[in-house]
Amino acid sequence: MSTLPTSANGPDVPPIFHVDRRLKRRKIVNRLMEGVSTLAALLAVAVLVLLVGSVVVRGASAFNGAFFTQVASGDFLNPAGGGIAHAIVGSAVIVLLATLIAVPVGVLVAIYTSEFARPQVAGIVRLCLDVLNGIPSIVIGIFIFGLLVVGRGQAAWIASVALSVIMLPLIARSTQEVLTLVPLTLREAALGVGVAKWRMVIGIVIPASLGGIMTGVSLAIARVAGETAPILFTSSIAVNQISTDVSHALQTIPVLIFTYSESPEPADHAKAWGGAILLIGFVLFTSVLSRMLMSRMKRRLEGGARGELLGRVTGLLGLFRRPSA
Amino acid sequence: MAADSTLIVLDSSQRKRSDRLGERGFLYVTLAATLVAVGVLVAIAVKVFDLAAPAISKFGVGFLWSQDWNAVTNRFGALDFIYGTAVSSLVALAIAAPISIAIALFLTELAPKWLRTPVGALVEVLSGIPSVVIGLWGILVLGPIVESQVEPFLNSFLGWIPLFSGRYSPVGLLPAILVLTIMITPIVSSISRELLSRVPKEQIEGALAIGATRWEMIRGVMLPYVGPGIIAALILGVGRAVGEAIAVTQVIGTTAGIRSSLFGPADTLASRIASQYQGAVSNLQVSSLAYLAAILLVLSLLFNLGAQLIVRRVERSRG
Repeated sequence: MSTLPTSANGPDVPPIFHVDRRLKRRKIVNRLMEGVSTLAALLAVAVLVLLVGSVVVRGASAFNGAFFTQVASGDFLNPAGGGIAHAIVGSAVIVLLATLIAVPVGVLVAIYTSEFARPQVAGIVRLCLDVLNGIPSIVIGIFIFGLLVVGRGQAAWIASVALSVIMLPLIARSTQEVLTLVPLTLREAALGVGVAKWRMVIGIVIPASLGGIMTGVSLAIARVAGETAPILFTSSIAVNQISTDVSHALQTIPVLIFTYSESPEPADHAKAWGGAILLIGFVLFTSVLSRMLMSRMKRRLEGGARGELLGRVTGLLGLFRRPSA
Repeated sequence: MAADSTLIVLDSSQRKRSDRLGERGFLYVTLAATLVAVGVLVAIAVKVFDLAAPAISKFGVGFLWSQDWNAVTNRFGALDFIYGTAVSSLVALAIAAPISIAIALFLTELAPKWLRTPVGALVEVLSGIPSVVIGLWGILVLGPIVESQVEPFLNSFLGWIPLFSGRYSPVGLLPAILVLTIMITPIVSSISRELLSRVPKEQIEGALAIGATRWEMIRGVMLPYVGPGIIAALILGVGRAVGEAIAVTQVIGTTAGIRSSLFGPADTLASRIASQYQGAVSNLQVSSLAYLAAILLVLSLLFNLGAQLIVRRVERSRG
């Protein structure tokens, strides 16, 4: 409290007599700083509106049937023709495969650190995950390039591996956080009736935190769907064909935007804006979805669902009975 | 009921065995996954330095302060890109820091309750926009504005400083700085907001009760309380800016060299890797690009550990 400006009053004069003279100035400073803060928030919102607005305005003109169903025309006489269907399919395939790799590993890591590991070990793992999360994606691209692309050539599955490395710490950390939200009473209830710890984790802790885990997963998907740098090294030299064959390089929306943004051809710019709408739309969709999932999980854990989960505990007792009996 | 409990007793030895097996199996599976995760981190460091080994043995530490980047003579050095990285991220940080903290203050203290959630969500959305989209916007929308409005404006007021003189251009350091500012502001402001919301209510109310204005309370109570945390957030933000490859590649002009003006083109460590790996003609050039990646890796480790260290020290001092 000693830093408060009122303490600047002379020692021999009671502060109260200074207040009137200074109050005006203090109020003005206060107003000024409030105004600056409000302006900053307005600025951020304005930039967002400007950014999303120009993407939507410029990209909407690219949306037509061909945009979603056809591949790049490759026809120099008709650059506006064709679409980005091959990139949409490629992105979907690569991100789906990356999710399939990262989710089990990430969730298991979280279970190990929050259920089994000693606190010091858990702390080290957490630190490693944070460091992994902080590594620039282009460095991960170089890593996967040296590990898998050199001597083998590009392939979509390699891009998936690269993206899964980015997803892994996101999923593991968010799952760790969610697992700590599961009330101790639920765990104790299960353990108290003699359920083995691993059955307790699979039967009680995971179902109770499923919504939160899904939140982390969907945020991780949203993050990597727009990743460009790692894919540049692993799946960028692709043919203009709709394909789901992960042993070859597939075109993706981010790489397509990156390439088209540096093209001199306005029709390519239009397709890049169209692709950008798809990416932003996807990010918005997943962030809304994840908010809903998270609040639902919190409600469930706080409210009536606790009874339902306790029901599961008693249900687990059924595991003790052999069907033959 | 009685029959059931008898069954439990009868089966208990078998159940115990299957439980023990399950317990051990489950432990090993989760442990294996953890080892994979930690192993990936180690593998990244090993592989990147392994790829960079030829360049490291050829150029040594001198690579860091050599300005060469010549594929014909096969001489490579990182100084131009270290300069580009430092200037672009530090200036972006200098712009983003006050704005982010102001946004966080607005959202925790000033905004009416009904406005906080939607504006907070909008800021979060801004942090979720993929960098390639920001880069696309940077090259096609922001770049022309910078060339025709921002740079002439800066030049007319501050043209006597070499930083703000020279030929106007839609690509260069200045658009890269603005793009990076847009990328790190939402990160820093959402962490700051989180921190500010944890300032103890008694301290806030105490300050207001003895007659402090809201700003005096913020300056005297809130900011000192969250200071270390905000510094950690700023370190994470600058780490993000340093590692950003794609959006910067799109707007910075990817040209080596150290120019006195912010209007001119430049290149960063990350954007040089992104723009050159495909056209790399010699193994030594690929290896030099990996050397740049190794520098980035070390920087990101330092930033992360530094931020963690600050957070831990604060947590320990507060008990």
